[in-house]
Amino acid sequence: MEHITLLIGIVIVTALVFDFTNGFHDTANAMATTISTGALKPKIAVAMSAVLNLVGAFLSVEVAKTISGGIIDETAGIRPEVIFAGLVGAIVWNLVTWLAGLPSSSSHALFGGLIGATLVAVGPSGVHGGAVVMKVLIPAVAAPIVAGLAATAATRLTYRLARNRAEEDTAKGYRAGQIASAALVSLAHGTNDAQKTMGVITLALITGGVVAPHADPPLWVITSAGLAIALGTYLGGWRIIRTMGKGITDIQPPQGFAAQTGAAATILASSHLGFALSTTQVCSGSVMGSGLGRKGGVVHWSTAGRMAAAWGLTLPAAGAVAAGAALLADQGDWGIATVAVLALAVCGAIWMASRRKPVDHTNVNEGPAAEPAGVVTTALQAVSPPPAGPVAAGASAIPSPAVAEARITDPVGAAPVIAAPVAAHPHEKRAERRAKAGSAAG
Amino acid sequence: MSIDWAALGQVFGVTLFVTVGIVGLFTLGIVGTSRKPQQEGAPVTADGPAGSGGAARAGAYACFALCAAAVAYGIYLIVAA
Repeated sequence: MEHITLLIGIVIVTALVFDFTNGFHDTANAMATTISTGALKPKIAVAMSAVLNLVGAFLSVEVAKTISGGIIDETAGIRPEVIFAGLVGAIVWNLVTWLAGLPSSSSHALFGGLIGATLVAVGPSGVHGGAVVMKVLIPAVAAPIVAGLAATAATRLTYRLARNRAEEDTAKGYRAGQIASAALVSLAHGTNDAQKTMGVITLALITGGVVAPHADPPLWVITSAGLAIALGTYLGGWRIIRTMGKGITDIQPPQGFAAQTGAAATILASSHLGFALSTTQVCSGSVMGSGLGRKGGVVHWSTAGRMAAAWGLTLPAAGAVAAGAALLADQGDWGIATVAVLALAVCGAIWMASRRKPVDHTNVNEGPAAEPAGVVTTALQAVSPPPAGPVAAGASAIPSPAVAEARITDPVGAAPVIAAPVAAHPHEKRAERRAKAGSAAG
Repeated sequence: MSIDWAALGQVFGVTLFVTVGIVGLFTLGIVGTSRKPQQEGAPVTADGPAGSGGAARAGAYACFALCAAAVAYGIYLIVAA
């Protein structure tokens, strides 16, 4: 631990922050339907998921060999700055989709961030295009279809077999089964996703010469990665849980059981047979499938469509943010400091925006998020209007070239937009004016 | 760039089979352990709880046991991976 430079320290902290967002972004995968069918109380569900994520982090000692699974050429010039920029892109996109309540793949956000940062820092040669198609695009299409069809078939079957039984007699059994399936999903998530952060931190330590190449991650890395993901899981991305548990379709206990079992089977089969599918997309797909499988079940395709749009945007959006961050971070120490300040400001702004319409364990089951369908779509399409107050505050504190570049990194500016149509507060306008004034002054 | 259709197909097949199988088994277990609805004309007490009810119960527990085994195998896969 003796030679950890400030930069590597920053990378480690950023990696842990990503791990944290990964945890609360993905709580919904295991627990959304468990909560909405009433199998577990919301707080108990997230606590159980958190514990299993923590356990999962310690279960597998095999370190993720490549943090990006061969998508980028990690020998070509992955410096800590590049990893840092990639992580910032992934974190920002995770928070934006969380604010919008959309389940999107955290792994794809990480891939996108690393790709974007590598494109800027190394050039197109650093990215393996074929691997992008194979590891990101195809699975993104395949995951919901595979899991969805399995869940549809299972839902049909279970309703058919139990058609002679009263609903209240069977509900308890279904809920128990669902808890078991959800536990498996949580455990698998902890093993896979905490690994990624450990891989990132270990890679940063290796590039800094703190740890010998091919070494196992030190215990403190495993522990901190496990704790970060567990804490994130426990705090719970209630917005995403609401979308998945209530927004896609109205889930009954048999459907919840079928969907969760289908998700667990898909995740285990795919990771075991070497065709890794994103947990988020598998779980969303199986929820949709269970909605289709019940007679009279309704799938809200507008919600599904927004989710699909978010999946499609994940890679380019996280990549764009990371590319901007990499451009800045490449300028030297002040660039890295700028990226750090901007990232903090954006996270703060998104959090503030989320407080306007808080979603937590008390109201997570209250119907689908009652927002007009167009809001998020417009927000996601929005071509970066000026950032909100805090971003400008960060930007005005630094030398003038950075202000211009802060504009480039602006996909992050999309964050406040999502909230804007929901509640166009007068203070938002003031913030915008201040932003303009800030950049003019700079 | 070649799409690994074989792996994808395998994942699809295994997933479908396992999901439907486990959900089916579990449902049979639930059906076996829950009350039968009273049907008109059915000899309600003819068999008593030890008769077909007992057999159904035993079968149901066997179904649950198979499901538990599947979960255990799932945990084994996670740990061994």
